[in-house]
Amino acid sequence: MPRLSAETRHAITFTLNGRKVTAEAEPRMLLTDFLRHVIGATGTHVGCEHGVCGACTIQIDGQPARACLALAVQVQGAEVRTVEGLAPTGTSAGEGGLRLSVLQEAFRRNHALQCGFCTAGILMSLDAFLREHRDPGEAELREFLSGHLCRCTGYVPIVAAALEAAGALREGGADV
Amino acid sequence: MKPPRFDYVRAESRAEAIQVLAAEGADARVIAGGQTLIPMLSMRLARPKVLVDIMGLAELGRIEHRDGTLHVGSAVRQSALLALPDLARVQPLLAQALPWVGHAQTRNRGTVCGSIAHADPSAELPLVLIALEGEVHLARRWRQRKVRAQDFLVGMMSTARADDELITGVTFPQARPGQGFAFREFGRRHGDFALTACAAVADAASIRLAIGGVADRPVARTWGNLTGSALEDALNELAHALDARDDLHASARMRRDLVRKLGAQTIAEARRCRD
Repeated sequence: MPRLSAETRHAITFTLNGRKVTAEAEPRMLLTDFLRHVIGATGTHVGCEHGVCGACTIQIDGQPARACLALAVQVQGAEVRTVEGLAPTGTSAGEGGLRLSVLQEAFRRNHALQCGFCTAGILMSLDAFLREHRDPGEAELREFLSGHLCRCTGYVPIVAAALEAAGALREGGADV
Repeated sequence: MKPPRFDYVRAESRAEAIQVLAAEGADARVIAGGQTLIPMLSMRLARPKVLVDIMGLAELGRIEHRDGTLHVGSAVRQSALLALPDLARVQPLLAQALPWVGHAQTRNRGTVCGSIAHADPSAELPLVLIALEGEVHLARRWRQRKVRAQDFLVGMMSTARADDELITGVTFPQARPGQGFAFREFGRRHGDFALTACAAVADAASIRLAIGGVADRPVARTWGNLTGSALEDALNELAHALDARDDLHASARMRRDLVRKLGAQTIAEARRCRD
């Protein structure tokens, strides 16, 4: 049975936004710090660091989860997706290449962020939610968003953006 | 807010996990979903020398129907149990209580047994286990045992698990014809710790009410089919027996009031849901 010593760093291989990544961490390193400080993916924000605020929410094997409530060693072999992976990449290089995802675009149009600290986490949650709920009601959305704290917007524009994105996805059949 | 140093063992079999617990005793902690343990590590409320990760063990990751009970292995995540297609029929109380456990984002990682292992007095799953009179399955070298919920939850964040024992699963009795179930909770915000949570089971002859978030562990009472002032008296007796304390979130008086009011509502709803 593999026993990883507390004193040394261990190689961890996982998939980050579709790319295989290998990096080293001590067993005690939180996934938030691993992503930000070791990998350099600083899109994931760190708020309360005990699972309450939702700022660090990412997707592990397709499911939204708190990165601050996971150890780096626990994602060995897992499929991790962060906010950096939301925008579809390189599909239409002739027209400027990158575009925002449907959900990100809806956030921009609806002013669903002000300071932006909570945004990465909320986007990762909603991205997963909208894949499974094609036609969510407002109450259902608000219940789901209760796992995120936003101190700027009052949530109204966030809910509006999510509903708009859900509508656009139903019509376009586009990727989230 | 960073965890202290610890070794990390990714157990490849149940026997391996038990072997580490036998060798290290209280210096070892089992990690499953980590949704309670990791914040405890970060706040240095727990300082184990070694963590044993059991999430890779397929043998602990199963939900099984076993002679009138639902057996949930210790690597089963809360979201997996909630997604069980016929949960609302097999055990409606679990289907009603699970959405109150943390948030969707923590239920995706947190396990059913992990919540019970931590025995937080305001947690929903220990409350349901007490209400239904379920059992906790424990294994150590050469020996296995089953412990009834009321014997397992011995106090605030403390259980009857010995340091060298691994929780392998919990069993919840399945709903029987003629039973009705209800769950109600009051907190400041959804997903916060419950100030008071109630779980009720009603059948033709009796009612059982369990209360969480007030005493140092969930407490249940079974009564005959009380109604009217007899039920009010019983609820009042229970509210006082729980020895509620004032804290930052609510006064003892408010909690007693919640036990009486929320308790009565929960019982009424369980009765409506009978058969």
